[in-house]
Amino acid sequence: MSNIVVDKSKVPWWVSNIIVPLVNLTLALLVSGLFIFIAGENPIEAVKLIIYGSFGYIQGFAYTLYYTTNFIFTGLAFAVAFHCRLFNIGGEGQAYIGGLGVFLVAINLSFLPIPIVWLLSICGAFLFGAAWAYIPAYLQSKRGSHVVITTIMFNFIASSLMIFLLVDVIRDTNQMAPHTVKLPEEIWLPSFEAFSGILGIKIRYSPLNLTFLLAIASLFFVWFLVWKTKWGYEMRAVGHNTQAAIYAGISPHKNIIIAMCISGGLAGLLGVNEILGVSHKIQAGFPAGYGFTGIAVALMGRNHPIGILPAAFLFGILYQGGSEVTFEMPNITRYMFVAVQGLIILFSGALENLFRPQIESFFVRRLNREVNA
Amino acid sequence: MVSPILELTDINKSFGHVQANKNINLKINKGTIHGIIGENGAGKSTLMSIVFGLYQANSGSIKINGKEINLRSPRDSIINGIGMVHQHFMLVENFTVLENIILGFEGETVFGEKLQKAKEDLEKLCQTYNFNIDLDATISDLSVGFRQRVEILKSLYRGAEILILDEPTGVLTPQEVDELFKILRSLKDEGKTIVLITHKLIEIMDLTSEVSVMRQGEMVGHTKTEDTSKEQLAEMMVGRSVLLRVDKKEIKKGETIFKVNDLSVKDDLDVTRVKDVNLEICSGEILGIAGVTGNGQTELLEALSGIRKVESGSIELFGEKISDQNNFLNPRMLKEKGLAHVPEDRQRMGLISDFKAHENLIFGYHDQEPYSKSAILNNKEISEYSNKVMQEYDVRPNSPNLITSNFSGGNQQKIILSRELNENPKVLLVGQPTRGVDIGAIEFIHQRLIDMRDKGAAILLASVELDEILSLSDRIIVMFDGKIVGEKENKNVTDRELGLLMAGVA
Repeated sequence: MSNIVVDKSKVPWWVSNIIVPLVNLTLALLVSGLFIFIAGENPIEAVKLIIYGSFGYIQGFAYTLYYTTNFIFTGLAFAVAFHCRLFNIGGEGQAYIGGLGVFLVAINLSFLPIPIVWLLSICGAFLFGAAWAYIPAYLQSKRGSHVVITTIMFNFIASSLMIFLLVDVIRDTNQMAPHTVKLPEEIWLPSFEAFSGILGIKIRYSPLNLTFLLAIASLFFVWFLVWKTKWGYEMRAVGHNTQAAIYAGISPHKNIIIAMCISGGLAGLLGVNEILGVSHKIQAGFPAGYGFTGIAVALMGRNHPIGILPAAFLFGILYQGGSEVTFEMPNITRYMFVAVQGLIILFSGALENLFRPQIESFFVRRLNREVNA
Repeated sequence: MVSPILELTDINKSFGHVQANKNINLKINKGTIHGIIGENGAGKSTLMSIVFGLYQANSGSIKINGKEINLRSPRDSIINGIGMVHQHFMLVENFTVLENIILGFEGETVFGEKLQKAKEDLEKLCQTYNFNIDLDATISDLSVGFRQRVEILKSLYRGAEILILDEPTGVLTPQEVDELFKILRSLKDEGKTIVLITHKLIEIMDLTSEVSVMRQGEMVGHTKTEDTSKEQLAEMMVGRSVLLRVDKKEIKKGETIFKVNDLSVKDDLDVTRVKDVNLEICSGEILGIAGVTGNGQTELLEALSGIRKVESGSIELFGEKISDQNNFLNPRMLKEKGLAHVPEDRQRMGLISDFKAHENLIFGYHDQEPYSKSAILNNKEISEYSNKVMQEYDVRPNSPNLITSNFSGGNQQKIILSRELNENPKVLLVGQPTRGVDIGAIEFIHQRLIDMRDKGAAILLASVELDEILSLSDRIIVMFDGKIVGEKENKNVTDRELGLLMAGVA
């Protein structure tokens, strides 16, 4: 198997960027189906439920897009750092601290005109997330402390810090639970049902809100940053070949810090969705694992915004459809879908090159035959 | 007549298109110190790696004590009594000497009596050969010289009768070299056979009784050391291949624009690699630096181009001090002042192989107009420029969107060259411009360098290819051990003269 050598220059882009991920995804879903079968449920039925749950009715679809929003932020966060070859697995903590940023800005500046409050809150989320990523970035660039280690630690620190704040400093003192007061209603981001109301469609509550558009804008922002600006160029140069970057006068220190701060900032934007859009207060543990799932989203999306969008959507479907399945099928627990996510990560990340050589050589041979014929 | 302990017959080995060893025949007698000498890339290390089982020969046979053997891995070689001390030591830094020596052969020796016995055996070995090593010391606490002894001890403990040393003195201080030679002589006296790979003539004359010379993958001569001289060996080593003469106009030397005063530079391991170097380059002149790899040329170029810190001394461009120990300009600032650099190692430094060709064509100039405007890359300009320049430099295939690693070495070098020459630099630093480049591209690259010179650039050319230095340079300096050991106008200089200087003889 390792003997297959493929001339990379002859592999069409769509084979390595579309066919291979699709094959990996299919395999992951087949194995997941097997699990569901072993658990005593019908995999076909489960798939039907997933599709119904995530597309079948408008509220379900809104939930799917709400999850997608979070995954876009955390997936982009991972991808930006990865282009500088930094493995930022601190998205979880950066999102948590980003939430603090949104809340503090929004509650203290709520007297300003509403659009300005929104804009400043978004900046707050970005800056707080970036600041939380800055420390590991600094340690990496100046002291060589590996970001994988430090960002994991910073997830724990963020979690402890937030619990402390939520219990002792910013808790809503009228009650005992670790959450803050609600933001004033007039600065909440408009929700999906408010929009539908304007159009005359009445739907039940869903968490989807205006942040979805911010996520789409972030996709454009990252694409532009990484491929169209000299900053992105320099980040990629440092990531691919640090020695060469130094030769060209590009500072690795500076770029490590920039990449990590943008990465942290994007993760921080998750706080906009959760706090300004959905719960309107900081609740303990609100990032709920989105930061980690973002790694899988980025890996599956090949760290490119065009890939991250469908990957985030896919995970949105799994989250929303998955909860539908666990509701309908008593043998399938929530953790089953954690396993399904795990399988997707396994096949599209760790085993990514399992079938790549075969698939690529298959297409190269076929295409060559067509050329010769 | 003594029968040889090691006999190689018609060994051939190629890597891709490059034939590293061609029909090598070699006999090594028992109880001798046999030197193998040749320039870098002559195929010495490849040959010895075949003997040690790291590579397999494409054809040919290896006999030990008259018996033909098949060496498939280092383990086979060790069983057959061959030991090798590599240029880069293979030791686990946080293990003790003892642990390192029994590593891989621990079998039953890890615990109790057996370990004690191993230790006693080793202590005996140490005494016999005056090794003077503490077996319980941790490797990371030992100096380079001692680490090398650990490697030798390791081979001996594993029953080596033939000990191969690959450039053993490269990393040692002169005192450590003396100690090493003492040990090697006492090993010989005890009946061991030693094969010494080196490019240093002095060592050959000092230590060996027989010597074989390799050049460009071929064995060009065997002789007894007492029957030869340094001069004769140098001549064999360098060879008298035909020079690739380039058409060159008479030099039109301008004023001095680049000046280096008493420059010293340290490498990453804090070893001083450039020692008090002084040089001047005038516009319209090519100054060639000849020398065997690893004599400080790399560090010199890196310091001059702003990549490496200057330890002491200074660098001047147009009479303005650009670098000294306290402050130095980074490569980008130097580029703005008109200094361009074609680095020695294009894979490691000159290019990003995963980038597309057009991205590499602006590498280092990416933040200048017209390639980018207020931080946004101007793709239209970049692609127009790429198309133009790739045509001009005949880069094949002419596709700016192809990933750079898909280009051949010669074409990658053209990408770098076109980028660095495009801005019409005042000073051009060039390291090994034709390493791994096919002959067609070599001529092209040489012609471009001459054109730059005729346009009035000051060019510093470092190359291990003597032919290249001789055919391009107007003036030649030779570096040995970080110092400039000779300077000659390139008139009636012979490769032989330079060869002697390069080997640190003259």
